[in-house]
Amino acid sequence: MSDTMADLVIIGSGPAGLAAACEARALNLSVVLLDEQSTIGGQIYRSIESAPADRIDLLGQDYASGRSLASDFRQSGTRYLGGAVVWNVSLDGTVDYVVNGQSDKIIGKHVLLASGAMERPFPISGWTLPGVMGAGAAQILLKGSGALPTGPVVLAGCGPLLYLLAWQYLRAGATIQALVDTTTVSAYLRAARRGAGALRGWRDLSKGVKLLAALRRHGVPVFSGCTELSIEGEKRAEGLSFKHRGKPVRVSASLLLLHQGVVPNTQLSWSTGSAHRWDPDQLCWQPVTDAWGRLGKTPFYVAGDSRAIVGAQASAIQGRLAALAIGERLGIVTDIARRAAPLQRLLRRHTHIRPFLDALYRPKNENRIPHAGSVVVCRCEEVTAGQIRHYVELGCLGPNQTKAFSRCGMGPCQGRLCGLTVTELIAQARGVEPSNVGYYRIRPPIKPITLGELGAVDRRIPTEIASPNREEPE
Amino acid sequence: MPAEPLFSIPRSSELETVTITFEGKPLTVPAGLSVAAALLVGGVHEFRSSVVGQAPRAPYCMMGVCFECLVEIDGVPARQSCVVAAQDGMKVRRQIGAARLDDVSFGDEP
Repeated sequence: MSDTMADLVIIGSGPAGLAAACEARALNLSVVLLDEQSTIGGQIYRSIESAPADRIDLLGQDYASGRSLASDFRQSGTRYLGGAVVWNVSLDGTVDYVVNGQSDKIIGKHVLLASGAMERPFPISGWTLPGVMGAGAAQILLKGSGALPTGPVVLAGCGPLLYLLAWQYLRAGATIQALVDTTTVSAYLRAARRGAGALRGWRDLSKGVKLLAALRRHGVPVFSGCTELSIEGEKRAEGLSFKHRGKPVRVSASLLLLHQGVVPNTQLSWSTGSAHRWDPDQLCWQPVTDAWGRLGKTPFYVAGDSRAIVGAQASAIQGRLAALAIGERLGIVTDIARRAAPLQRLLRRHTHIRPFLDALYRPKNENRIPHAGSVVVCRCEEVTAGQIRHYVELGCLGPNQTKAFSRCGMGPCQGRLCGLTVTELIAQARGVEPSNVGYYRIRPPIKPITLGELGAVDRRIPTEIASPNREEPE
Repeated sequence: MPAEPLFSIPRSSELETVTITFEGKPLTVPAGLSVAAALLVGGVHEFRSSVVGQAPRAPYCMMGVCFECLVEIDGVPARQSCVVAAQDGMKVRRQIGAARLDDVSFGDEP
């Protein structure tokens, strides 16, 4: 294998990327995996190789299960490039990245985008104040460094991750001031109507219910079905006010952790110019792929949560299936149907419960599409919901037009934190579906790169085409 | 800088440490943290000021997507502190508004 070319280049070292690498190496493909972090595991298995035993125990079994995948990956003979920030992917399979302040590139015959999920933005009044973070962000601090809230903490929103973090905090001895749950009784009913999914989802539901029961048992005040969440404070968060059973409630805290599920991180797939569809159940954009994850007729495949939210186990299976499909295209796999069948069965089992979970933890409209005009939607350029509605009144039809009017989505995050909100805001104001509104046009560099880094680009010309005599796994 | 950090690491005194500075003041934190994690456990509440309204901001996502944790590290403005590992001797300052070209050191001519 030349160091500038590979059969498969994988972006992202979460479950999808790691499993794809293992599968592809078992087929003897040359594989390079890049991740922005120096350590492998993505967010779900963050610090899985370095976390001490007591922390792994605290985080629970689902986290601990990442260890075997990480160890399989290390033995797979994949070339791993840690701390590599990908800023461009091209249709010829070129992946441009910056590592240690130098720009470099690698060309994959095939490229797997496995950039995972990010927490869904939670645009409510005060969400930009210091002291307000995602619950997932706080969990990353726990996984990566064992850090716990120093004082009492308030968790607010909905979704399994929120309850899981509360349970982990409880076990670690942190003080939870309140859990403010936005899940409503009608959500449970809606979820229960999801037929067979409900039966299979019962285990997951009971897991959530068990976690909530444990929190109550330990004296954590749990408020259910809360509405009108608003964060108070001038220079930093001081408390959360909300309505519970029609009555206004206020809890004080200097640390407020918000969460209402996760959404695909689609920056890479959008940047390829590929088609995306709006999913009305998961309320997010998803790249349009074939059954194996391939984007149109491109060399790109997408696996895991960056394709649609499926969870860690299903993500790993999708990674393996994409690797098999790539193996077939390279002429190595000749019996894909036979190899894929057991994986596909497993995938169906893991994804069958999704419609149920999506219905149960569907984030409330008011927490996705702010009523109040003063709520900041674009955190980078400080554009409010009221401004976006105003631009729609002036005739803007989609996010690229409101962007031109206001710089909304033009800051350093490149729309990651406002894109979904802006699409839904415009759709609501126009009275059309989000699919009619569209999304930002995402162009490289998808991460900021300095001229210095660009100037330090390695100008090696690939001279060696990946050899047909493939290396044996190490 | 408030005395009470939002996050702390239990038994951190038993761990190896690195020392960085924030706005000139030394912060000694466990080794192996990102700069953002180091600042949070070091009691920093305000990482930057926003570009339009000069409002105080701090990390939101901790995973490289929100760009709220931007700081100046060793003279380079607007670095994502959640994806940079804290290393001994790093000089970290608040990112005030947008990065400006006159903040940047261009080094020697080639």
